[in-house]
Amino acid sequence: MADPVPPHDHGFRRSRILAGAGGRWTAALTSSLIALASTAVVVGLLVWLIPKSKGFEEVKATFFDRAQFRDSFDGIGEAFKTNIKLFMVVEAIVLVLALVIAVMRSLPGPVFFPVRALAVIYADVFRGIPTILLILLLGFGVPALQVEGIPSDEMFWGGVALVLVYSAYVSEVYRAGIDSVHPSQDAAARSLGLGRFRSLRHVVLPQAVRRVIPPLLNDFIGLQKDTALVFQLGVVEALNQASIDASATFNYTPYLVTTVFFLAITIPMTRLTDWLIARDRRRRQAGGAIA
Amino acid sequence: MTGDAGLVIEGLHKSFGRKPVLRGIDLAVEPHQVVCLIGASGSGKSTLLRCVNLLEPIDAGRITLGGEDITRRGVRVNAVRRRVGIVFQSYNLFPHMPVLRNVTLGPVKALGRSRAEARDEAMALLERFGLADRARDYPDRLSGGQQQRVAIIRALAMRPELLLLDEITSALDPELVADVLEMIRDLAEGGMTMVIATHEMGFARDIAHRVCFLDEGQILEEGAPERIFTAPQEARTRRFLQRVVDAGRMDGGRGGT
Repeated sequence: MADPVPPHDHGFRRSRILAGAGGRWTAALTSSLIALASTAVVVGLLVWLIPKSKGFEEVKATFFDRAQFRDSFDGIGEAFKTNIKLFMVVEAIVLVLALVIAVMRSLPGPVFFPVRALAVIYADVFRGIPTILLILLLGFGVPALQVEGIPSDEMFWGGVALVLVYSAYVSEVYRAGIDSVHPSQDAAARSLGLGRFRSLRHVVLPQAVRRVIPPLLNDFIGLQKDTALVFQLGVVEALNQASIDASATFNYTPYLVTTVFFLAITIPMTRLTDWLIARDRRRRQAGGAIA
Repeated sequence: MTGDAGLVIEGLHKSFGRKPVLRGIDLAVEPHQVVCLIGASGSGKSTLLRCVNLLEPIDAGRITLGGEDITRRGVRVNAVRRRVGIVFQSYNLFPHMPVLRNVTLGPVKALGRSRAEARDEAMALLERFGLADRARDYPDRLSGGQQQRVAIIRALAMRPELLLLDEITSALDPELVADVLEMIRDLAEGGMTMVIATHEMGFARDIAHRVCFLDEGQILEEGAPERIFTAPQEARTRRFLQRVVDAGRMDGGRGGT
């Protein structure tokens, strides 16, 4: 490329023009300095203002106790593995179940009316129930039935509740993807003699799923956080461990520890999602030159 | 009784809602024959082709292919479509697959051929039409003309009895039209049975054994190309052809509008 400046970076180009020829580094340095200065002002204000509040010393002692942080770190870290395990299993099931529901909902013709209706009812119901409520209903309700052969493990039923709720959400994401594939793609596949399901599997779904990866990841960030809700069933996961620690010491620092653990996995996922969305947009703006 | 080979369309009616699009089409295409459908946009050319491929259900009439009624109740739609290739105006290649997989998808997944056999045959076709070096590329790396040629190859890979071409050059830049038409000429000389909806009158005159002029969902006039283009009987045909001449689309169809 002859021009070292990316053509879409208008702001950058303008500042280069202002800085004159060869001012590329000067311009970059200027923006960095401005960003640094404004950040310093904001952080400085916070650091200066917050300690001035009346309850600051008390909050500092209960939420930011260094020794307490160290003491509860390992235990909560251990308990956090439960959140991760729960998340991994639930996510894997949701990916498949939601796709099945989305496909059910996209089937055309009067023959499939009951299947479509079932999918619609499912999505409506499980998106409509507060997650915490469903977790309580299933986690306390089903084991209480004492039916033989049905697991009575709270963690199991908490997982089931998460699967039901998130499958409903994710099926809508998939459905949007399926709807975004132009009907002519299906027509082209069908005209080759591929049946409805083969066309779906080889032509429509691969394109649909690719397009909805960013919103899918978005829902999984939500799922990662919501694994903490099963603490209501008494499952010893990170939040529950924190509350056990907190009530033993009358110090809330363990909650801070749990927060740090959750952020440690959700922030990378959020960054990845944003990066994928940005990449997607760049590609589309490039006139669809890169698929 | 209908002929025992080729394509026979009898009394075909088709409406979209209350709007009639095809109003009693009768058309017979013998094996190895090339029939061109001409007529204004909205005259029903595309719908007619889509009906033959069973992409559109028909309201009345009958379509027979190789002596078999393909519009009867309970016909195996996918089996019929495997025998009839169709190429669309907008190519409709699968953007998520390289060229080679676009071509082998039908033979492997619909005809159940082995991957190796399908790949060899696809490469032979790509070679024959000068696209072998693009086999690994994704469709959006290709020019419009190349994409349309791949779409034709995708249809040919099914070894169809009948090939339907739906205004396949209408979306192309003029300088890309010639390659595509050259390919169709090649196929016609090889004896491929084809029904071609087209706006390229010069091309139709060159290649067609018979030309049908569609007007408001009916075949108003049909016959040998020389007769239709030089001595049309119907006033509407004359008017249509005059408009085409005025638009400068009467040349040899070799890409020079």
